Amino acid sequence: MTNAIEVRALCKSFGRTRALDGLDLTVRTGEVHAFLGPNGAGKTTTIRILLGLLRKDGGEAGLLGGDPWRDAVRLHARLAYVPGDVTLWPSLTGGEIIDLLARLRGSRSVIDAKRKDALIERFALDPAKKARAYSKGNRQKVALIAALASDAELLLLDEPTAGLDPLMEATFRECVNEERHDGRTVLLSSHILAEAEALSDRVTIIRDGRAAETGTLAEMRHLTRTTVEAELAGPVSLDGLPGVHAVDIQGTRLHCEVDHAALNDLLARLTAAGVRDLVCRPPTLEELFLRHYSAERTGLGAPA
Amino acid sequence: MTVQAPPAARAGQADPGRAGSGLAGTGALAKLAFRRDRIALPASVYVIVALVAGTAYTFKKLYPTAAGRAALAATGEGNPAFRFLYGRLDGSSLGSLTTWRYGMWAAIFGALMTIFVVVRHTRTDEEEGRLELVGSEVVGRDAALVAALLTAVGANVAIALLLSVALSFTGLPAVGSTALGLAIGASGLAFTGIAAVAAQLTASARAARGIALGVLGVAFVLRGIGDAAGAGGPSWLSWASPLAWIQFTRPFAAERWWVLCLPLAVFALGVAGAFLLAARRDLGAGLLPDRPGRPAAARLLSDPLGLAWRLQRGTLLGWAVGYACTFAACGAAAKGVGQLLGTSAALQREFTRLGGQAAITNAYLAALMLLAGLVAAGYATSTVLRLRAEETGGRAEPLLATAVGRIRWGLSHIAVAVVGTAVLLALAGLATGLGYGLRIGSAGPQAARMIGAAMAQLPASLVIAGVAVALVGLLPGACVAGAWTVLGAIVVIDLFGEVLQLSHWVLDISPFTHAPRLPGGTVSAAPLLWLCLAALAFSAVGLAALRRRDIG
Repeated sequence: MTNAIEVRALCKSFGRTRALDGLDLTVRTGEVHAFLGPNGAGKTTTIRILLGLLRKDGGEAGLLGGDPWRDAVRLHARLAYVPGDVTLWPSLTGGEIIDLLARLRGSRSVIDAKRKDALIERFALDPAKKARAYSKGNRQKVALIAALASDAELLLLDEPTAGLDPLMEATFRECVNEERHDGRTVLLSSHILAEAEALSDRVTIIRDGRAAETGTLAEMRHLTRTTVEAELAGPVSLDGLPGVHAVDIQGTRLHCEVDHAALNDLLARLTAAGVRDLVCRPPTLEELFLRHYSAERTGLGAPA
Repeated sequence: MTVQAPPAARAGQADPGRAGSGLAGTGALAKLAFRRDRIALPASVYVIVALVAGTAYTFKKLYPTAAGRAALAATGEGNPAFRFLYGRLDGSSLGSLTTWRYGMWAAIFGALMTIFVVVRHTRTDEEEGRLELVGSEVVGRDAALVAALLTAVGANVAIALLLSVALSFTGLPAVGSTALGLAIGASGLAFTGIAAVAAQLTASARAARGIALGVLGVAFVLRGIGDAAGAGGPSWLSWASPLAWIQFTRPFAAERWWVLCLPLAVFALGVAGAFLLAARRDLGAGLLPDRPGRPAAARLLSDPLGLAWRLQRGTLLGWAVGYACTFAACGAAAKGVGQLLGTSAALQREFTRLGGQAAITNAYLAALMLLAGLVAAGYATSTVLRLRAEETGGRAEPLLATAVGRIRWGLSHIAVAVVGTAVLLALAGLATGLGYGLRIGSAGPQAARMIGAAMAQLPASLVIAGVAVALVGLLPGACVAGAWTVLGAIVVIDLFGEVLQLSHWVLDISPFTHAPRLPGGTVSAAPLLWLCLAALAFSAVGLAALRRRDIG
């Protein structure tokens, strides 16, 4: 089995709303796969279908070599899930919930107390507090610790860092990187692009219930431009230079985006003016994402 | 009326600049509260008014003669168990009898309504974070509490006014009707103040409701002891209970209007206290600390059944205490029931019909067991509906994402419902048997006999629970309303079916029609077996549907 998740032309409607409209998604075994899209794009619906909580209307969905609807219970023993909006039983403590979820997964004997305690310490969670007293971030931690402490081979994380502070977010990234080294497969849904950028091997961008783009970040950057920021010795004009976009010149400071093909011409122009400082960087997913959506949303070309 | 109290309480504080802004947005929030309660609140008001006015009307029919009324009053006043359940009597006019029979109970229902309304619009909203969202709008710090108080005050004022009018319409004297209406409404205001304080004390709405309901329970027991105590006993205890203030107002018997000041004072003190407490705490926090729990799960909490039990055990405990107390008192009352019913031929017919037997004590006990079965069906319904609450609350999702199948999850709560219902019915039988048996000097045999009689209702109660399971599976969106409607319809059929002259076809719909009337009746296995099969079939349909549908 080389693919942990195989989704083909998946469809799901709620009444007249079409939540998924022919989605394709492939997650290879052992990879961290980011599932990116704006709110309402269908990320959570996809994950719920993969969990067998929702029934698909059409298409194919395969999970760990099984059918997520028919084999739900058998498959669930091999995965752990962190919901996007974590609600817990208010009268139970965080520690109780972590143990409960582990036992329900069927790992009663193998629950690794040391691993659990280490995670509780790393995430600075008070496990003796009742769930009703937890903040959103702390509820998120409970679900994360329950998932990370498990021996599941697949982790389904639906916007797992919503509500975590930057310090905890860093801890979470460390943990996911460790999972990758342990050979676990992770599907990470997010609209936080830095997270996907820092963690994922491959990315699928979902929009309006379809996969808009899928591949490694490197592959996606082919489609994109390099961002150039420069401090120049004298004034420069980029007029008439093809492939340069979003030009912003403030005195001797320049900011622009450039197609790969036009990079050489641009640099020639800049060195002619005299370069004091130069930063060339690949676009952040943020930029990629913004362009992708605002372009399609407004029906116009790339934004200025 | 006294809604002026909140700003007045506020004005006593050191920060005059905020006094006005603290109330910004109150109107909008009150409108929202009325809108959210637009069905439940009018329905509660209607039921309470109809209960009392209906009793007045029925008593006129049941006790047409002064002699009959005097006999009823003498029995009611003479039996300590009745005094515990209903309070003391002032005279034997129709108005006095109505006050005695349902005056305090209407106040109890009013207090329940009030506690739920006040906590729902304050602490529940706060606990679930809705108040945080609202509080970030142009809404003053005190607006939510004031809006909740306005809602509760509005409902209780409506009860007071409607009841005064409705009672006069049944032909009772206008002055006494007004006194009874005002006394019941004012009692609701007292519990508005109590609930407002309780809502400030704990971070959890459930605990806040528990505190307020605890006060209600203590108020009931205090006056119960005071009222039941004969001459020389601690009858002064009754004065400590807001529930007894209704009889102390003496509607229809030389009204004492000043007693109405007592509940109003409790209301004013409670509201002032609530605002003081609210000013001293943070949003979302309580004054009583949340106790820390176990950092790791006990062995019991390792499967869906363990979780369902953990989530529902507190509720079952509360029901069990209520069942034991109520049925012990009702059982104790059985000894005098022959005398009491002897005062009205019509009432005797009524019990004989409900209980299905000629021997009056047996008929009374059998009617009690029918009630135990109906109320236990309510417990079973609410327990089964927890499945839906877990689902809509988003807590079923992480559970079903583990190696727990939907059937196993569904069965876990159904198991708690079945066992809980059985426990409640057994308790009802035991308590009734002991209550009656101890007074006639045969506790053991009566207890055994009554446990059997109560358990005979179990299959019928479980049919109602089965219907709730079926609804959870088939009609998730409408299952809560649907299940309670079914139970309501069954209650109407069982209690009023023959009075309403419903056809046998309709009466046969209720599972309780097919349950034996014990003690005294005959038992045959076939109907009980059929009821069990029906309960199983409904549950199976529900579970099968639950397996097929979307979750969430």
